[in-house]
Amino acid sequence: MFGFLRDNVWSPLAGAVLSQPYDGYAVYLLDVLIKIIVVVACVLFTFAYTTYAERKVSAWIQLRIGPNRVGVFGFRMFGLAQPVADGIKAIFKEIIIPTRASKLLFVLAPILALGPAFAAWAVIPFNDVMVLADINAGLLYIIAMTSLAVYGIIIAGWASNSKYAFLGSLRSAAQIVSYEISMGFALVCVLVAAGSLNLGDIVNAQSGKYGFLNWYWLPLLPMFYVYFVSGLAETNRLPFDVVEGESEIVAGFHVEYSGIAFATFFIAEYTNMILISILTSILFLGGWLSPFQGIPVVGAPSIFWLLGKTALFLFLFLWIRWTFPRYRYDQIMRLGWKVFLPITIVWVVVTSVMVVAKVPPWFS
Amino acid sequence: MIEQTVFYFFAGLLLLAATMVITVKNPVHAALSLVLAFFCSAAIWLLLQAEFLAIVLILVYVGAVMVLFLFVIMMLDINLTVLREGFSRFLPVGISVAVLMAVSMGLVITSGRFTTGGNYEALKHAADYSNTRELGIALFTDYLYPFEIAGAILLLAIVAAISLTLRKRPDTKTPKVEKQVAVHRAGHVRLVRMEAEKE
Repeated sequence: MFGFLRDNVWSPLAGAVLSQPYDGYAVYLLDVLIKIIVVVACVLFTFAYTTYAERKVSAWIQLRIGPNRVGVFGFRMFGLAQPVADGIKAIFKEIIIPTRASKLLFVLAPILALGPAFAAWAVIPFNDVMVLADINAGLLYIIAMTSLAVYGIIIAGWASNSKYAFLGSLRSAAQIVSYEISMGFALVCVLVAAGSLNLGDIVNAQSGKYGFLNWYWLPLLPMFYVYFVSGLAETNRLPFDVVEGESEIVAGFHVEYSGIAFATFFIAEYTNMILISILTSILFLGGWLSPFQGIPVVGAPSIFWLLGKTALFLFLFLWIRWTFPRYRYDQIMRLGWKVFLPITIVWVVVTSVMVVAKVPPWFS
Repeated sequence: MIEQTVFYFFAGLLLLAATMVITVKNPVHAALSLVLAFFCSAAIWLLLQAEFLAIVLILVYVGAVMVLFLFVIMMLDINLTVLREGFSRFLPVGISVAVLMAVSMGLVITSGRFTTGGNYEALKHAADYSNTRELGIALFTDYLYPFEIAGAILLLAIVAAISLTLRKRPDTKTPKVEKQVAVHRAGHVRLVRMEAEKE
């Protein structure tokens, strides 16, 4: 689709307006800009309906109905227009800045939370060719970007001039730094197995004649688990949401935020959730590869497989949230440092041995 | 042309951020300026096609070290008036140290070891050149011993730092997980069979 737009729409358009050749920087920038807008728009759309899904799934789990009123022109349509109404409400509410808050940082914090969440999408491949930036160090870039997400939260807590917000941000800093380590080691296992930091190469390394048995979830099963659970902790989702901890510190780092500033944190959290889901599917479940490799029609790799796997993990996020109680803070730290970290270090060695020994069918 | 524009933008921002680190009054603002400075230097490294170093700079310094820095600075209640006391008294010492450092830096930079031999263009690589792979090969073949020794020293430093913070406090009520897990039903609950009684 991108290629078609570039060749038939942007290139002639830019040639007519800017009188520049096809290879000019202007055309290139325009091309990249359009791609970015498309990706961001898709992510935002997914965000909007993940919030709707969250409310519907929670209602379903708790035997309620959930949002079912807001529709279009009198048609309710199961409340499908609810995210639109939520968005309009958030935009028109007042942003209240607390007294003696650090004004600049208070406004900057939601932006710092949102920026890295979107920036990470630059290297996510959606199928063999559809990727914004096909860089060699893609996986490394992802780790770097997700490690920046904590700044928005820390700065928000500090700039709010509120004890509750500050406690929330301190908890968040300790928690995210702890879980980042086991998450990083899980990714090290994947890159050792695939022999590449490029996400497209990692997916292609998982293809084989056994279909879904060729994917890395099987040889890296503990890492698959550790990565997803660390992802829950990184995105501050239940059962690791002591950063918000309504029962102790009201709403944690964003207790002082209202209106669109709060909504920005909300978008960042959900964007990170979608990112973790799509990364788990790419790294461990073969991305766009079909589970029935070798069978005609259903065996063809397609973006729909990737989207389906991502949706599965997103549902898992919601399912876990409404099923498990919140962890105690010291237990979170114990799980991160004393359970996950040793498992991941051992598995780095195990993976290396498997790769050197060329264990079939994954590493032969 | 566009590369130069990007370079001057990030270089200017880097100098501005680095100046702000030592001039702003609030320590948290200073730490955040340092983050911005790291970010700009990573961008400049990216321009030099050293993507591995650039991303690792962000990952290690911005993503981990500065987070812990901020963590500590925010928790400390730094009294700025106490810090500013005796500014004029220590000024001569400060100025002499600054001059000494400036002179030594100048000597190092003008020594000729930092010139590129008249070639001011960054080395261009093919599209399939992987900075990560080249660095890995160099580290694990030619520089294996220095690399391993550096790793061992770092490990030693980690162990030493952790052992410095270890102290047993008998009065804390930290739950002992191994004891909790080892609990057996028989030690806590006694099931009694009772016959139903009739009035």
